[in-house]
Amino acid sequence: MTSTIEAPRSPYSRSTKKSGVNWEKWGWIYMRVSGVVLVVLIFGHLFVNLWVGEGVSALNFAFVAGKLTDPFWMVWDILMLWLALIHGGNGMRTLVNDYATSRISRGILKIAILVSVVALIVLGTLVVFTFDPCPAGAPADLVASFCKSL
Amino acid sequence: MPQTAGTLDSQQKTTSRRPAGTLYRGNTGMWSWVLHRITGVAIFFFLLVHILDTALVRVSPEAYNAVISQYQTPIMGLGEVALVGAIVFHAFNGLRIILIDFWNAKYQRVLFYVVIGLWVVTMLGFVPRHLINVFSH
Repeated sequence: MTSTIEAPRSPYSRSTKKSGVNWEKWGWIYMRVSGVVLVVLIFGHLFVNLWVGEGVSALNFAFVAGKLTDPFWMVWDILMLWLALIHGGNGMRTLVNDYATSRISRGILKIAILVSVVALIVLGTLVVFTFDPCPAGAPADLVASFCKSL
Repeated sequence: MPQTAGTLDSQQKTTSRRPAGTLYRGNTGMWSWVLHRITGVAIFFFLLVHILDTALVRVSPEAYNAVISQYQTPIMGLGEVALVGAIVFHAFNGLRIILIDFWNAKYQRVLFYVVIGLWVVTMLGFVPRHLINVFSH
């Protein structure tokens, strides 16, 4: 039995589909570019939320309100949200391609990943841009101190 | 498929030897790859939960505080050690993968030990302080 072994490192291509864009290559590049940015974003996130001051014990609504009213942290969190979910979703897609053996299970799992990623990106983006740090009627001891001056 | 004794012998000889000339089979290359996948999946599922719990700031201060106080319990405090450990490994090993791809693959083994070393240093900086925060409140 003879079989043809392709030259190593030759790019994967579907012979039947004539697509100009090598999406797998761009996915590969995305994982590396977003990965480097995410190392900075997530290490900064963990440092500020878990290491500075009293760490996890200091987290509450007023803490988050202080961050989500600061444009710096809004941009930081939005970037983290989009980059991390797409990075994670694409990583899960790789695992599904490797371990799900039937075409149907691969399809179902990839649709589930896509739906989760899109839903959480939409939800997270809406939360950051529609956040109200001083909701009407909220107890004064639960909201940030700057709500008093309103 | 019938095999003669000769081919079986040579096959046994081949498989009994350590794999060579590959980054990903056996030894550090394979184990870093396995750990990268396991930590990646764990972080992905935490991320899904973490976005949902943070979204509670849009519901009410009480709802958000009720859930975030669960993160401050001793058991979840230990879970956060595992989570940060997974994230730090995935981050440093991801940078190692980038260096292997764009710089030089022949340093992959020594880079793996650099990853382990940086992981230990980072965790020494985080774990004691975090555990004090969790257990003293």
